[in-house]
Amino acid sequence: MQIPYEVSARPDTGLYNAKLGIWLFLASEVMLFGGLFSSYIFLRIGADPGYWPHGLLNVPVGTFNTAVLIGSSVTVVLAWASLKMRRWNAYWGWMLATIICGTVFLAVKLTYEWPQKFEHFGVFIKQDAFPKYEPYLGNKHLEEEKREPRLEITGHIHQMDITRDGKLESILPKEKEEAVSPSEADGVLSEEGVKLVDYQVQLDAINADPSDKDNDRPHFRQRAVTEKIAKIDAADIASASAFFPRHSSYFSCYFLITGLHGLHVFAGVLVFTYFLLFGKKLYLRNPEHMANRVEIAGLFWHFVDLVWIFVFPIFYLL
Amino acid sequence: MSITADTHTHETPGHGHEHHEEHHELGFWQKYVFSTDHKVIGIQYGITGLVFLFFGFLLMLVMRWQLANPGVPVPFVGPFFQTALKMFGSTIFASDANGNPGVLTPDGYNTFGAMHGTIMVFFGIVPIAFAAFGNFVVPLQIGAPDMTFPRINMASYWSFFISCVIMVASFFVPGGAAKSGWTSYPPLSGIADLSHSVFLNGQTLWVLGMVFNITASLLGSVNFLATIIQLRAPGMTWMRLPFFVWAQFITAFLLLLAFPVLEAAGFMQFTDRVFGTNFFMPTGLVVKQQLVQHWSGGGSPILWQHLFWFLAHPEVYVLILPGIGMVAEVVANNTRKPLYGYKAMVMAILVLAFLSFIVWAHHMYMTGMGAKVAAFFQTTTIIISVPSVILLTALMLSLWGASIRFTTPMLFATAFMPMFGIGGLTGIPLAFNAVDLYLHDTYYVIAHFHYVVAPGTIFAIFAGLYYWFPKATGRMMNGFLGHLHFWGSLIFINGVFFPMFLQGMHGVHRRWYDGGKTYEQLAGPLIHWNGFMSTAAFLLGAVQLIFIFNFVWSIFKGQKVGRNPWDATTLEWQAPSPPPHGNFDRPIAVYRGPYEYSVPGAPTDFTPQSQPTAATQAAAPTPEEPPHH
Repeated sequence: MQIPYEVSARPDTGLYNAKLGIWLFLASEVMLFGGLFSSYIFLRIGADPGYWPHGLLNVPVGTFNTAVLIGSSVTVVLAWASLKMRRWNAYWGWMLATIICGTVFLAVKLTYEWPQKFEHFGVFIKQDAFPKYEPYLGNKHLEEEKREPRLEITGHIHQMDITRDGKLESILPKEKEEAVSPSEADGVLSEEGVKLVDYQVQLDAINADPSDKDNDRPHFRQRAVTEKIAKIDAADIASASAFFPRHSSYFSCYFLITGLHGLHVFAGVLVFTYFLLFGKKLYLRNPEHMANRVEIAGLFWHFVDLVWIFVFPIFYLL
Repeated sequence: MSITADTHTHETPGHGHEHHEEHHELGFWQKYVFSTDHKVIGIQYGITGLVFLFFGFLLMLVMRWQLANPGVPVPFVGPFFQTALKMFGSTIFASDANGNPGVLTPDGYNTFGAMHGTIMVFFGIVPIAFAAFGNFVVPLQIGAPDMTFPRINMASYWSFFISCVIMVASFFVPGGAAKSGWTSYPPLSGIADLSHSVFLNGQTLWVLGMVFNITASLLGSVNFLATIIQLRAPGMTWMRLPFFVWAQFITAFLLLLAFPVLEAAGFMQFTDRVFGTNFFMPTGLVVKQQLVQHWSGGGSPILWQHLFWFLAHPEVYVLILPGIGMVAEVVANNTRKPLYGYKAMVMAILVLAFLSFIVWAHHMYMTGMGAKVAAFFQTTTIIISVPSVILLTALMLSLWGASIRFTTPMLFATAFMPMFGIGGLTGIPLAFNAVDLYLHDTYYVIAHFHYVVAPGTIFAIFAGLYYWFPKATGRMMNGFLGHLHFWGSLIFINGVFFPMFLQGMHGVHRRWYDGGKTYEQLAGPLIHWNGFMSTAAFLLGAVQLIFIFNFVWSIFKGQKVGRNPWDATTLEWQAPSPPPHGNFDRPIAVYRGPYEYSVPGAPTDFTPQSQPTAATQAAAPTPEEPPHH
């Protein structure tokens, strides 16, 4: 039994089967990411003033990743064109370049961007304690500027004070480390008999000098954590968390959407690697079929690229 | 995968593989279990779906016992499962005050309610009406050798199978299966069962099962669309497609575009539960006088409702359109007339599908929305009744002046029309915001959508089962038992659902655990119907045993039939019964429309689509396989 139009196009539709299939699949993917982006809009519009953070992501790194991904979209087209011209070696080179780009993108995401977020720490202050922390929040200044209030103090954990079974104890950074890792801090707090007394947060520039006009808008380059330290008592904390998915609706959206996007990139890299290593046999038997396969995987890759084109502005820039 | 030696050929590796198959009989596993044949996959979907349909029905029987006899131990079943499920820490059944075991607990009632809905919709009706019938019938009706992507088709079934395993397994984890309703509204679903384990608990497994289920639907719908667009036989133009194929085509589009949104919502609920994100959990949520957690920024429970109903309203049409398609086939065949208004029906389902994407918020009037938004959604909801009425009217007019053959499938198809009519017409009051605020979450709503889906779609499914059974097995189902099954089902299903309209209009709420006993001053005058409905439900169950017997018996002992036992025109009846791998034993081409019954001057009262017309007989497109190079 032979399924017709596996390689050549059906005359009246002008498509071979897999090409139609991938376009239909991409339509469903549009709805999948459409649902996620709509949720982002819904939550952002519904967020109370001050609850939607700005400028927490590293824009230069995001720009670099955007360029890498767009570059890989070009190389995958060149790989396909090489196959169409029956130039296997050129194909191999361009395909390898595509895979490298995809891998670089993932590496930046997983070894730099995400871990950096997991080390950063934020404390939402209770409403009635605002005056106490005004030097770090600068809400008077923001009110004058008619800007949304600042509710959170961010930075690195310089020190955490706890009581263990009633006895005071300080958690300090490990040797050779500059700050307490938030996940370790969470671990300590979940132990039995442990109660939080205060966090001593090494402040971000924005909290170190909150009335500085320069801090009203996010910056292109991320600024280093300052030397200034703020002590925040347990009683004044509404919620405290590293920049984990549970930190806020913003990071929930960020990690879910970039995570799902990352999975798509990973799937693309896997498929391309398969084509690179095991494509020769099919190429020798039926080069057109091989070219078709690269074409539909390429269409998927362009879509993944396109999703990033939306992710980058809405999370990094807006 | 074997490789053909000829490097010049443009055949695919798949071809080499299939070529291989023709010479060597496949082993049992590849032929019946891990099969890529659309007919086997269709039957797998069908059997799995029927089993789940019955399972979902049994859950409801236990609930109906509790409604009619609140607090009375469920006979046999209750004590048995209370003992059997003890080691899993199940709280579904418990002993009553006197120590008699087997009372359905409130938790158990909620679990059964949630799982009844989930199973009936996502594991019963959709797998049968769409996946099973679509897989088996569509390629045959368009004259294709198989689906476009046979291996993806197999992946679809096995993804579905994994989702089934997860759903069944969720009954056996601590705390039991999901209990937040089939709609899984947060914040209830966001905090349910988390005390047992973050991962192995009913609600998380529900979300996980749904993700696999949705993936299966997506793989299936891409396949259906590609098959119908690419693999139509020569001469099978769009307006020569049998109406059933059109219905499946539109249904596949609905699944393709609506389901991913629920998948996105599923991911969000999953991360909410497992990683503590806050998409759906509002700020300052208090449970049992305790502030659950400060959710900074604040998620929105209403977001879930929007995402859920954005799927779940098109889902209603996913449930009903394949049913209408099956009924149309059966009606045309048994009235021996062309379908009335075939083109109008096709246009109607296109409009229906489009509109179904912009009516979802009529499920959310009670949630609270601005008057303008409510006005928009009630307008679109009223407009969507127009194409529905066109469909039903066309089917009824098809009966006009026909000498109807009341075969078993035709009985079910005929009964479908008034039943679906009742379901549809009682929906119109619900479309209006003001009326809905009163009727929301009452038994009136239950009766309304069950009339659409139970005596509606399920009757259509029975019509389809009796109609295509001879194609799948080469044997007829017994007619006498079929009639018995039909009349019993028709009477008892109305006995179950009609009194619900009365109770609902009186304000009886759909989620009351004791059938309204606590609110006697409100439900009192109508509470006696509970016993009536429950008795009807049990009798309905008993009647289904006739069907199960008939089904199994006929597979082995039914009367043998040839290719075309119903004297039908569409292409599937040109293939042998059951069709072999690759479907048609002779090249097939199409020369005429799908319903050429009783054509004046024709030698028989049916003219198959594959029969050349006088004009084409001389210079016909050669009925060969479509050209491919």
